[in-house]
Formats: sequence, C-alpha cells, structure tokens
Amino acid sequence: MMAEITYREAVIQAMAEEMRRDDTVFLIGEDVGPSGGIFKCSEGLFDEFGADRVIDAPITEAGYIGLSVGAAVTGMRPIAELMFGDFSLLTMDQIVNQAAKIRYMTGGQCRVPLTIRLTMGAGRSSAAQHSQSLHALFAHIPGLKVALPSCPRDAKGLLKTAIRDDNPVLVFEGKLMYNDKGTVPEEEYTIPFGVAEIKRRGDDCTIIAISSMVGLALEAAETLSLEDDISVEVVDPRTLVPLDEETLVDSVRKTGYALIADEGSLRYGVTGELAALISETAFDYLDAPVKRIGAAQVPIPFSPSLEMAAIPNAETIVDAVRALRGKNQR
Amino acid sequence: MKRKTRTTPRAKAAAESRVTPSRSKAAAKSRVTPSRSKAAAKFPPRPPTADTDMLWSMYRKMVQIRKFEEHVWDVYTRGLMPGLAHLYIGEEAVAVGACAALRDDDYITSTHRGHGHCLAKGARLDRMMAEIMGKEAGYCRGKGGSMHIADMSMGNLGANGIVGGGFGIATGAALSAKMRGTDQVSLCFFGDGAANQGIFLETANMAAIWDLPVIYLCENNQYGEHTPSGKVTGAERIVDRAAAMGLAGVRAEGADVIEVYEIIAAAVARARRGEGATFVEVMTYRFRGHHVGDAATYRTPEELKWWMENRDPINLLAERMIKHGIADQSRLERVDEQVEEEVIEAVEFACNAPLPPADQVGEDVYA
Repeated sequence: MMAEITYREAVIQAMAEEMRRDDTVFLIGEDVGPSGGIFKCSEGLFDEFGADRVIDAPITEAGYIGLSVGAAVTGMRPIAELMFGDFSLLTMDQIVNQAAKIRYMTGGQCRVPLTIRLTMGAGRSSAAQHSQSLHALFAHIPGLKVALPSCPRDAKGLLKTAIRDDNPVLVFEGKLMYNDKGTVPEEEYTIPFGVAEIKRRGDDCTIIAISSMVGLALEAAETLSLEDDISVEVVDPRTLVPLDEETLVDSVRKTGYALIADEGSLRYGVTGELAALISETAFDYLDAPVKRIGAAQVPIPFSPSLEMAAIPNAETIVDAVRALRGKNQR
Repeated sequence: MKRKTRTTPRAKAAAESRVTPSRSKAAAKSRVTPSRSKAAAKFPPRPPTADTDMLWSMYRKMVQIRKFEEHVWDVYTRGLMPGLAHLYIGEEAVAVGACAALRDDDYITSTHRGHGHCLAKGARLDRMMAEIMGKEAGYCRGKGGSMHIADMSMGNLGANGIVGGGFGIATGAALSAKMRGTDQVSLCFFGDGAANQGIFLETANMAAIWDLPVIYLCENNQYGEHTPSGKVTGAERIVDRAAAMGLAGVRAEGADVIEVYEIIAAAVARARRGEGATFVEVMTYRFRGHHVGDAATYRTPEELKWWMENRDPINLLAERMIKHGIADQSRLERVDEQVEEEVIEAVEFACNAPLPPADQVGEDVYA
C-alpha cells in the first residue's frame, strides 16, 4: 500500500516513528518545539513527545551541536536540526573536529549516533547566508556520512536509516522540496545508505543528479525525449558518503555520456569528485568529456533575476545534454 | 623530593572552617601570583578533612602523575615519542582532587594538557605511556596520542586538541545523564585560555537553563600557551563570569588537593541533587613550558621559583600529612619509590610494545 505525502510530512513521520521505536532518540534545534519549526518540519512532535524529547535550543548552533555529540557518545541518539544549512558553518569545530573524529582518535572506543538535519538550496530570495548548498564540505570529511533525499520516499527512508546509524550523518533537505508530494510505502521501511537509485531509465546519456537537481533532471529528460529524441538516464546517488560508485559508473558505461548536476558551487565540489570517479573508472567508455553544472562562483544573490542566473535550472540541464550529444543549443 | 614543614598563624583559623562553595569566595579574593599577593604566600596548611586512606591515595596519585610526566619528558627528549607533549607538572592537585570526588561512572572531558586528568580518572600507566609513544597497546591503539587519550570505560570521554573542545561533549554527557535518568555527573576540565572561547558561553548557558549536572573546572595556570592570561582576559577573576552565565561560581586554591576535593565534592553533590551546574576556577601553575621544548621565556625565573617553592601540591600535602601524624618521611619515600618503579615498568612496556601495523589505518573511521 502506498500513501501520498509531502516531503515535509515524510521527514516528520520518520522522526516520529523512530522516537516511538527508541526512547534514546530526541530532537533538538531552534524553534523545533511547540512552534513546529520554521519550515514546520517538527509539527506535532512536541505534542506527542513533550519538552524532554523535543527541545527548543537557544540560538547557539555550535553549542547544541556540541551537546549532541556529547549525548551521542553517552547513550543517546540525538537528531539536531540546523534550520538553514548555512548555519552549519558556525558548528564546524563540533562536527568536523569532534563528531567526525572522536571514534577514530580514541581507537574505536565510542560510537556517535548523531543525525544532523539541515537544509540546502536557493530559490527563495533568501540571499547569500540562507541559500547555500554546503554538502560538499561535509562529504570531504572522513568520519561523516552525507545523505541528500530528493523525494518524499527517500526523505523518510534515508532519515530513518540516518537515525539508526551509529555514525554522524548529515541529512540535507531541499527547502524548495518540502511541499513536493510523492508516494511512500504505508508499511515500515528504510532505505540503505550507499545505494543509488535510477530515477529514470535511458540509453543515450546519464545525468547524475544530486538532491534539488533530481527533479530538474527528470523535467529535462522529458523535454529531451520529446524534442530531441534523446533517451536520458537519471541517477540519484542519494548518499554521497557512502557512495554507490557501481551504479553511477555502470550507467555511464552504458550510455557513454555523463552530465553531473549539483546545486553546490561548481568548483572544488561534488561534481568535480564524481567527474574524477568517472574518468578513473569509465574513461574508455566515454564518447565525450564529462560535463558538469553547478552554482556559479558567486555568493547567492538576493534579487530573483540574479538568483536564477546563479543556480542551474531544467533549461541549463537540457542545454548541457544537447551540447554533450553534439546538438546545437537553442 | 624536597619537603618543608611550615605552619602559619592563619593555619588554625582556616582549618576550623570547611571550605564550601559559598565560603571560599572570601578565600578566593587573593589573586595568587607572587607579585600581587603576599597573603596568599602564607599557604594555610589545614588539618585534612578527608580520611587517611583517601589522603594516601591522593598523595600516591599526585606522585604518579608527577613521575609519569617526568618520564614523558625523558622519553620525549630521548626521541622515543613522536608529536607534542604538554606536561601537567605543578597542577597535579587539580586533577587528583577533582577526580577523587567523582565516581567511576561519572564523566570527564580533558584537555591537551590531559595526562594528569586521565591518570586521576583511573587510567593505567602502561596503556597511557604506550599511547603517548604511538603504540598499538595504547588506549587509542596509537590513533590519538598524547592529546587525545580517552578511557571511556572509566568515564574519560577524551582529551582534546582543540582549546575548549570539551565543553560540548561534557555538557552533552550531562544532558544525556539527565535524559537517561541516572545521577551521573560530568566534569569539564579546561584552561584559562579556553575560558575565552565562545563555545563556553553557549554550552554553559544550556547547562544553566536546563540545570544540567555538569561542573566546569577552569584550571587557571595563568598562561594560555605563551601569553599571560591577564593580557587576554577581560575579567580580573574568570569565575566572576559564572553569575552572568547563570551558574554557581567558586574559586579555589589549586595547589591544595583537599580544597579542590572538597569544592568539587560540593559541586558534585549539588549536581546529583538536580541543582545544576557549577563553575569552579582553581588557581594553579605549570612548572614546565607549554610543551616539552618550550623554554618559557615569557615568564621570569623568580616567578617559577616562587611557585615551585610555595605551591608544589605534592610537597604541600606531604607537609600536612607529616604535621598531622598521618605520614612520616620514610613512608612517603617508600611510596615515591614504588611509584617510580611502576612508571619505569610502564615505560619499559611501552618501549617494547609494537607500533600498530599500517593496515589498521582505515579501522574505526566508521562504526
């Protein structure tokens, strides 16, 4: 049986189910309590679980992420919410120097079952400090896992897996996707990390799309099918760490063309890493150099016309595939 | 080891009242630097309130830390240990007094100058020395070294290479204890340098609003690396920040192991009763440089001499034990000799232990 719910509801359901299942799971963050969160992603949780397990933190991100690390190594399973991914930059010491390393530095003496939920993505005219997509920073750090669900089903299944994982996991939620609807199984399910999903099958070109780019890639694939008769395969890694290299590489070997789309800044980021992976493992199968698209090398601007110019959209994806396939861009 | 037995007229008066957090505010008024405070120079050797076994145990533990650190200096200068070594010599009474007030299942977080905390919380000499020398038999299997020793089985959540790195972990452990409904407490060792880190305010604020069972123990050794604390700290007394953060605050004489023990015991009792967090500042001094190899040219030889002659925590406890008939010189020396042998055995163990094989490099990144 399937049910249609929003991405937001999927996030709430995942947390509620895990909190019912395991007394050590708790949620901490800014405004997550009675107000239900700025993105309404904890609505109903305070009423069901109370102030002891749904904790309104002061606006001190480094502080409550730090507390979550300490709680995680001493028997609890915190979910810490950073309402805007940009605020993760205040917490870098706690995440990178503490959470990511405490197990390794102590020779495996502890586990860090910490889930950090945070958002990514532009498109809301929120300007440069509320619009960044910073997942590449964390995927760079050994000891962390990074998940980026692109639909309600993945949002629920990946978040439940994150909460049950004994390592620090960052789950990046796309702000513009919270109202997106999709079907999810009504029965209990989780989605394992390190398993990519082929969101659309095709033969002529592979688009590896991350998070917010998955929906746009599917849109672009439809256009390319109708207007150019190009059969596009859209692959969503779903987790960057761990990474399902096999599914990505197999798809590129099959189609011979690869476009990588990510909303993070283009330079020194996810697209570069995946392009390197493909060149190392599928070079002989490529019929054209790997192409990649991402955010322009500018802070995300405020005005809609400027903001749209800074981030990829379905049209830029269509154009990139046409260029890859040697077709003229319109 | 030289010991002086000395009493002052103040001793008796001071002895008559137990040091409690509220009372010691008066005692803390004197800033214990040689130039500023003559009163503080007359250290009051009070009769110990702790029981005799505990005094011997604290004496032994302080000697253990001192000798361990002397041997760390030795193996470092002989080129037998890689990395850096920040020695705790001179500050032994803080770790020993504080940890004597804790149970095995209570938590501590430690600092880059953490060997003393770790030993005081019950770590073994041999596995400590092995870790410091990068050996597989070490507490962290050679992955952490001197600045990251942890012994989670004894509640030691780890030393930290980041100044102020323990605030979050210690406060989170206190939150966890409270959520799990235990009466465990968490003690965060940090220095005068870390007291200026922003994360202290952030975490202490949460400890205050949620009455978390945590003790913030500031070891004010008066130098943040090479810089005098007073030059970079906008408060005459760091503990004065406690009230502003909503915490109980108390200052103690860090060379007096019994005073440290009593003050921490009172803070622990408060925490276990659910009355929340306490901020304790102890005045102490490191007899060595910031790390082995630091010539410490930022302080005068006279200042160092004053502290070594007047505030050596081991000598002070020994004097008091002798004065009150608990110890005599020969019994103290026997303990010193036994401990020296234990430490030498630990060094031998560590020297002979193998380095971790290279194929362990990828282990324990993820659980």
